[in-house]
Amino acid sequence: MSPLTRRDFVRTGLAMGGGLFVWVALPVGSHGGARGAAQQATGRFGVYLAIGDDGAITITIPVPEIGQGVRTSLAMLVVEELDARWEDVRVEQADAAAELGPRARAAGSQSVRAYWLPLRQAGATARALIVQAAANRWGVAVDDCRTEAGRVVAAGRSIGFGPLAAAAAALPAPASVRLKEPAAFRLIGTDVRNIDTPDIVRGRTLFGLDVRVPGMLRAVVDRAPTYGGTVRTVDDAAAMAVPGVRAVLRLPAIGEPARPSVSQGVAVVAESTWAAITGRRALVIEWNDGPHAAESTDRLHEECRTLVDSPAPTFREDGDVDAAFTSAETTVDALYHTPFLTHAPMEPMNCVVHVRDDGCEIWAPTQVPQPVWSAVAQQLDLPRDAVTLHVTRVGGGFGRRLSADFVLEALAIARQVRAPVQVVWTREDDMRNSFMRPFAWHRMRAAVDDDGRVTAWLHRQAGTSRYAFRPDEHPGDSEFRPAAWPTQLFPAYRLEYALASSVLPRGPLRAPGINSYTFAVECFIDEVAASVGRDPLAFRLDLLREDRHLVENEDDVIETARLRGVLELAAEAAQWGQPLPPGRGRGIAAAFAFGSCAAHVLEVDVRADGAVRVVRAFSAIDCGRAVNPNGVRAQVEGGLIDGLSAALHGEVTVERGRIQQSNFHDYPLLRMSEAPSIDVRIVPSDRPPTGAGEPPYPPVAPALANAIFAATGARVRTLPIRPEAVLAAIRNR
Amino acid sequence: MRYELDVNGERHSVEAAADTPLLWVLRDDLGHTGTKYGCGRGLCGACSVSLGGRVVRSCQVTVAMADGAPITTIEGLSPDGSHPVQRAWVEADVPQCGYCQAGQIMSAAALLERTPQPDEAEIDAALSGNLCRCGTYARIRAAVHRAAELAAEG
Repeated sequence: MSPLTRRDFVRTGLAMGGGLFVWVALPVGSHGGARGAAQQATGRFGVYLAIGDDGAITITIPVPEIGQGVRTSLAMLVVEELDARWEDVRVEQADAAAELGPRARAAGSQSVRAYWLPLRQAGATARALIVQAAANRWGVAVDDCRTEAGRVVAAGRSIGFGPLAAAAAALPAPASVRLKEPAAFRLIGTDVRNIDTPDIVRGRTLFGLDVRVPGMLRAVVDRAPTYGGTVRTVDDAAAMAVPGVRAVLRLPAIGEPARPSVSQGVAVVAESTWAAITGRRALVIEWNDGPHAAESTDRLHEECRTLVDSPAPTFREDGDVDAAFTSAETTVDALYHTPFLTHAPMEPMNCVVHVRDDGCEIWAPTQVPQPVWSAVAQQLDLPRDAVTLHVTRVGGGFGRRLSADFVLEALAIARQVRAPVQVVWTREDDMRNSFMRPFAWHRMRAAVDDDGRVTAWLHRQAGTSRYAFRPDEHPGDSEFRPAAWPTQLFPAYRLEYALASSVLPRGPLRAPGINSYTFAVECFIDEVAASVGRDPLAFRLDLLREDRHLVENEDDVIETARLRGVLELAAEAAQWGQPLPPGRGRGIAAAFAFGSCAAHVLEVDVRADGAVRVVRAFSAIDCGRAVNPNGVRAQVEGGLIDGLSAALHGEVTVERGRIQQSNFHDYPLLRMSEAPSIDVRIVPSDRPPTGAGEPPYPPVAPALANAIFAATGARVRTLPIRPEAVLAAIRNR
Repeated sequence: MRYELDVNGERHSVEAAADTPLLWVLRDDLGHTGTKYGCGRGLCGACSVSLGGRVVRSCQVTVAMADGAPITTIEGLSPDGSHPVQRAWVEADVPQCGYCQAGQIMSAAALLERTPQPDEAEIDAALSGNLCRCGTYARIRAAVHRAAELAAEG
């Protein structure tokens, strides 16, 4: 039982329109850990729950819905403790608000984990008040009442929550509530369909681009083709002649002048989206290239390949690595590359902003409403209360919408337009003005003794760290997890990071700091296993055989037993070790990320021309208790497809400071015809829930490369894995 | 120019430039926002609608080309979400973010119109023009098979 005794963090009362209103806020980190306690003074996150006189239950979800299913999984937490009927529940999306605090964001696979206790406490608080109101009405003891399916029942009497809501609202909030024992869960742990699916299949769900405000204009922006470029001249005569075009506006760069988050641009404001697009095409703009026109991925390849050939600044060192290599019987070496990636969410960036004399109203598909809201208020020099930020459903996040750039750019336009304006990014705009997953090369080296044991491990990464411009932080801080596997498993270990010189904008993309790292590590473990004649699964299980707790931080501890568990479960599902026809092979890889472990076995078919088809995928995840197993499976399926898409196709290249890709023909995403069948297994667990959105992503690419090796005997060490590279690897084996 | 559009059984008279893609007329002029913009080049399928009985990318069809022909969008696929494809999509709980799903559903409905019992290769062929960035392909495949069953049951 988990008593709640934080009266200060619970507010109850009469809901607008009648009924019971409950607001619960709890310190950040309530899932445990000293870090949470340290933030207690400032960090709060809230939830609103209202029960109407008619029994309708409204849960206001503080986290943006980006497809991870939070509107369903978070509502389930409330409803479980409330003992309400799922059919009576409606969810609303919270506007940005001071009391929501920093956890009201879609980031770090944190939502279910962070809200696991507070949302259950909100439900339990409301239930306690409802039960008290029933007990008062009937003159019976609270202990004689029970709740089920939205009703209070006692001694042959029964009443719905609705008629009790007003009386409950007049009662003082309970000093403490008890949460259910897991054995009593009726909803948590069952497959619940996404609460929004019925509306989505009818086209009724509104995304950012679907926002319609009376009098709204549309704007499309031509941005500098080189990062950091500037406008030299604009001839807008032809654009202004397009029917429906209202204005052509020069836009400043957004963010720091030296490293803007959006480069300078010229906006065309019009009465319709098509008029704005047509007007933009008619603009004649001369650009100054700016200081970064020499940037190219070709040059970055050269620089990084040089950097990984000599010692780089150490990020972590355990034992004497140099001595171990000097005395090593055998060493294994390999070099891996992961390219720049862009997020390419299906819904391109967009935002509606209406600046008025007394404030500002915004509709934004953002992953981080709270900081965006603050940034807008700061730009306008207004108190936050003068700014209303509505969070729309988000047509895909993947980390792209952790940045405020597209909102602040829209604000810069709206400040010049005395009307609500919807800024629409074309697909080309979205691809060319992104924050890319960093570019990286990895030099891996292992020393192996005569018994086939690894005695030393060197991992040297060079690339474009996300934290390159943070003077107080090691550039490796954004590219590694502090204790990611296999750290701490070898007698000697060193992790180095060399920063490449580039200002191209980069940012977090699904499982940041672990996705590129895992490709190198999990491929290399396979190579070391092969070098000593071991089966790659058995070799990994041996490394993890001893039960160890590898501490990353207070909240994230890698347990070797859990990693073993997902490896074994995925392998069992895939019938690991059973023979396959020629040209086929299975590969395995695992990762720990955001509190969870995930593993995949991929079965591939490699054709003579080097084309790779992923036939079947077997995935396992240990994310603690699966609140909504249906949602967890969806996230694993999605992470797998995203991982395959990146591994087979994803690459952004830059020439003369210009991103070369522009749309889905030159930045392809995985298509239906390439998608394997997916068998997802969830490790049964009584632990509090942890992340599901990101952990399945990092192990996909290495499982694929390892499967290609199993099928062909050839190693592919560079992403994306294109047929010609597979063919070359086969010829060179 | 003025065009007469027949959308979901209703006639609309719209004033638009002749080269305006049907997509933007549907979304901006007629308020049918269920049809999505994804790429503007016919590469992603998010804007798929039925035009004269064929599934088309509405970003690649101008309003002039659509003049007079019957158009069905996701909003008009059924009055109440009861089309077999919609029911199957709910049963399989296909969507994640949901942005591409109108296009997927319109492509699936068109497939089942001409091929009531599609095999895997036919599903791949019919739906490989519709991108899903969230990766719901496995569920889409299952839902198309289920929709075929539901349609056969009547």
